[in-house]
Amino acid sequence: MLAMNYRGPYRVRADHKPDPVIEHPGDAIVRVTRACICGSDLHLYHGLVPDTRVGTTFGHEFVGIVEEVGSEVTKLKVGDHVLVPFNVFCGSCFFCQRELYGNCHNTNPQASAVGGIYGYSHTAGGYDGGQAEFVRVPMADVGPTVIPADLHEDDAVLLTDALPTGYQAAEMGDIAEGDTVVVFGAGPVGIFAAKSAWLMGAGRVIVVDHVEYRLDFVRRYAQCEVINFREVDDMALHIKKMTDWLGADVCIDAVGCEAAGNAMQTLTGPYTMLQAGSATVLHWCINSVRKGGNVSIVGVYGPTFNAVPIGNALNKGLTLRMNQASVKRHLPRLIEHIQAGRIDPKQIITHRVPLEEVADAYHIFSSKLDNCIKTVLIPPSARQTRAVAATALN
Amino acid sequence: MSHHTHEHGHEHAHEHAHGRNDLAVFQHGRPPVDRSAIQGWGADLDRKNRPAYPMERMPQRLDAPLTQPEPQAQHVEVLVSPERPHMTPLFGSPQPPSGLSGMLRRAAFKTTENDVRHWLLLLLADRVNVVEGLAEDLARGHVPNIFAEMGIKAEWEHNRVGLVKKVAVAAAVAGVGYYLLKRRGER
Ligand SMILES: [Zn+2]
Ligand SMILES: [Zn+2]
Repeated sequence: MLAMNYRGPYRVRADHKPDPVIEHPGDAIVRVTRACICGSDLHLYHGLVPDTRVGTTFGHEFVGIVEEVGSEVTKLKVGDHVLVPFNVFCGSCFFCQRELYGNCHNTNPQASAVGGIYGYSHTAGGYDGGQAEFVRVPMADVGPTVIPADLHEDDAVLLTDALPTGYQAAEMGDIAEGDTVVVFGAGPVGIFAAKSAWLMGAGRVIVVDHVEYRLDFVRRYAQCEVINFREVDDMALHIKKMTDWLGADVCIDAVGCEAAGNAMQTLTGPYTMLQAGSATVLHWCINSVRKGGNVSIVGVYGPTFNAVPIGNALNKGLTLRMNQASVKRHLPRLIEHIQAGRIDPKQIITHRVPLEEVADAYHIFSSKLDNCIKTVLIPPSARQTRAVAATALN
Repeated sequence: MSHHTHEHGHEHAHEHAHGRNDLAVFQHGRPPVDRSAIQGWGADLDRKNRPAYPMERMPQRLDAPLTQPEPQAQHVEVLVSPERPHMTPLFGSPQPPSGLSGMLRRAAFKTTENDVRHWLLLLLADRVNVVEGLAEDLARGHVPNIFAEMGIKAEWEHNRVGLVKKVAVAAAVAGVGYYLLKRRGER
């Protein structure tokens, strides 16, 4: 099959690899029809995630058609059109029993901090991802959700990570009515966090980034105020000026370890790896939120350590909340929101690229070229099916 | 602002869902936004509508068997964090440790996730693995097109000026380097 193949930092290509096989009676093999590139894939692409082995296939945001099921699979059938949450999870361990599906204890031998994630290095379990024609999906009766007939496939693929992660970011901010919510990062997750903040009753939503086309998009899409941090001297001061000198009620980090905006952080983080990436946005969140406020973190950081102003967080009495999204528990409510027209996720997709051109797709997304917000990769087999269907219609 | 308690939020959730613009909420001195103009405003104001509230929720709503999955058959070497007692029932099997990078990874897994050496050794192994990847390509008779792998086609299409600049800077650096080396050689 054709699959994305990681060769080293900033180097990927489409390659022929052996098809995945059923390795456990609970597995399914899914034929991928769409796979997104995620902002967090860039941390892998830039070589920042430990134990990212050469030859790995990335991709934790995908939808597809069930091609084959293991002997113990009872609910999923061959031919089902499914969306697959990015978490690989068992449904039965201590953490899954508490609906913490992003923290499953049974799917990642290599680390105990994070559960299994498709195509996200061996630190996240060593599973190959969905930027390929086929992918192995463990615990097929537990993870995948059959896509409702009236749900667009492009909306479905955004339900595998970007939308639930943005929504959970807002949820962890514990937004109360009228709250001022500042979202750092106008990428897909930040865009959906801003949108979700309104659903939870925010009074004011402000999004911070430096990529002008993304700020333009989020201003229209999420009806929010925007700040270009390149035009701001000091973020905490600026947010305080905007909020009667109190600070925001909730700050959300939807950026993670590759934040721009502070030369010292960039030097000690992504460049020299003296810390696990740049902690710029953590500083901004802790220092811009009001006393007693909430900071919600969904941006991804490395496993070692970051220098953060924890003393300020203490003195301000902050609540810090963070997690990988527990995608499965959000799906029913988010599907309702899409069906009710409260949120239209597919609008953020700017690029549809054949899987064969994966190297260019990564470069465009990584370098923010061509006004890119969200890229969807389409494997050749999915394109052929589509062409046949189109001919049949004509 | 959280001048409203959570209980207050619950009582009035249904009203807010229909957009109560008359409610003068203190928003740091700014007039309240026109909530009716924001699609879905307040639909999840009531915490009962928030699917991950509270964070730990029992019993789980997912219809899943509560028995431990049977162990996946293991055919390749899988490294296991010392912070857990044994192999997990499920794991990914691609790219087992091999070569020099594999030796480094095995060494890394002698230390815990709590030990920074664990992560530094893994990052070192990743860099070694890149060289192994190049060697493996060449051994298969495949000369990797590194520029294509880095997306030079997209760079040419969407950032021609930037690409030209990068090439010019690289050429200048190479030129200066060559000149310095040559001068050194002449002395
Ligand atoms: Zn993602
Ligand atoms: Zn579990």
